[in-house]
Amino acid sequence: MLFSNLFFKQILLKTREQNPDKGILIFENTSQVIRAESILKNQGWGIRVMGPPPEIQHGCDLVIEFPLIEELNILRSLKQAGVSPLEAVPANSPLLKPVDIFQIKDYGAYLMVRAANMKLTVEKETLTIVNISGGGCPDVPYLAKELVGKTLNEAPAPREIGHTLCGYALQLAFEEMKHRCSP
Amino acid sequence: MLAVVGTVPDQGFPLAAGKVTLKGDRIYIQGHGITVNRGTPALLAAAIKTAKTLGGPEPFGYLIGDIGLGDGSRLLYEYLTRHIKEHDFGTIAFHYVQPDVDWHNRVLLAVKEMTRRPVLIADAGFMYAAKMSGMASEYDLFAPDVGELAFLADENAPHPFYTRGFIMHEENRVPDMIARAYSHKNASRFLLVKGKEDYLADKVGIRATIKNPAEETMEAIGGTGDIVTGIAAALISADWEIDKAAAFSAWANRLAGHYSKPTPATQVIEIIDHIPWALAELFLGKK
Repeated sequence: MLFSNLFFKQILLKTREQNPDKGILIFENTSQVIRAESILKNQGWGIRVMGPPPEIQHGCDLVIEFPLIEELNILRSLKQAGVSPLEAVPANSPLLKPVDIFQIKDYGAYLMVRAANMKLTVEKETLTIVNISGGGCPDVPYLAKELVGKTLNEAPAPREIGHTLCGYALQLAFEEMKHRCSP
Repeated sequence: MLAVVGTVPDQGFPLAAGKVTLKGDRIYIQGHGITVNRGTPALLAAAIKTAKTLGGPEPFGYLIGDIGLGDGSRLLYEYLTRHIKEHDFGTIAFHYVQPDVDWHNRVLLAVKEMTRRPVLIADAGFMYAAKMSGMASEYDLFAPDVGELAFLADENAPHPFYTRGFIMHEENRVPDMIARAYSHKNASRFLLVKGKEDYLADKVGIRATIKNPAEETMEAIGGTGDIVTGIAAALISADWEIDKAAAFSAWANRLAGHYSKPTPATQVIEIIDHIPWALAELFLGKK
């Protein structure tokens, strides 16, 4: 068991170097990078400034590596500080884009929209959010608690109170639902 | 004994480790209570209902409040690395935690140092971390829905939010996505895929398809996947074989849902309340 665990530890160290759960923030110029770094570090985020991966063909010569799962929270912080990045992308696959495919299910009196792993359902007549399902990040049960029972117009946008990529996916479903339910 | 690891949507909920009980629509651990809505409390409620039906013990929980900031999850991860080895759990179900590869790996290493290797189940955020870390094959059971299966099938995606479109389009080709997840070693020993039809699969292929009773509205109801994982975890903890427990749990969830006469507005506690009837009927072999 000792040897197998030592071998396992080596694999884990290698995984850590690959940064599979990191993202990068791309900015227009270096002074924005420096300002964003200062803001995020002051807020306690585990970030670092580095050179961009070769796939990135735009922005300046520096990017900020950040915990990808918490993209929604970090982007909100930077927006509030007036230093939004040009783009936020996964560090290992910078060419990946957020989902832009929506699955729609019509239940008659109810309509469900799915974006990635998140599903939002409203009662058509009242536009009340009756259910939120899917997702795996801890803000999903919290978002459900805050949104279910409210109308699309009363409910806070997931981007305002969510924190993770699941919250971001719910925001996309929320926007699509509003679009489909608008007169 | 079954251990369940997860978070609850209450920022003030402290880190608690101990036996979990269910009273009405609330679960309790070390004197702290929270309403069963969806997420880990729903998994625990389903596991408790199942254990009670089988005459088994209530599960042991490791819970903390986290609303997505990740602070609670990191405290929980850290606690697990120090304390999980103090117990001899037969089954551990990891659930809603902030996905973090480094912390996931440290917890997995601590689990590997346990005296007896437990059956490992991962769902929700912990399953995302397990896939991202490249350690999916260390687990015995994942329970993704179709959107999460697409993420497992996409070897490049770090989260379902970034699943590539050509894979998302394969929604009606679940068997292909299952095969793709196994071919890239991004699946556990068994996969229970929850959807319009539930699939139990392993690396060889699909072993069972559960279609009935069919209640199409179940997909919209938050927490139904948590019920499936909770029932499966309780059955595995009662020494059921993993594949049989997984298929049975999908069936029991469908039947409990059917009894609740669901609409898209049904809340998960209404389905959880029907679990004992569903299990009793299935145990009697009426279905």
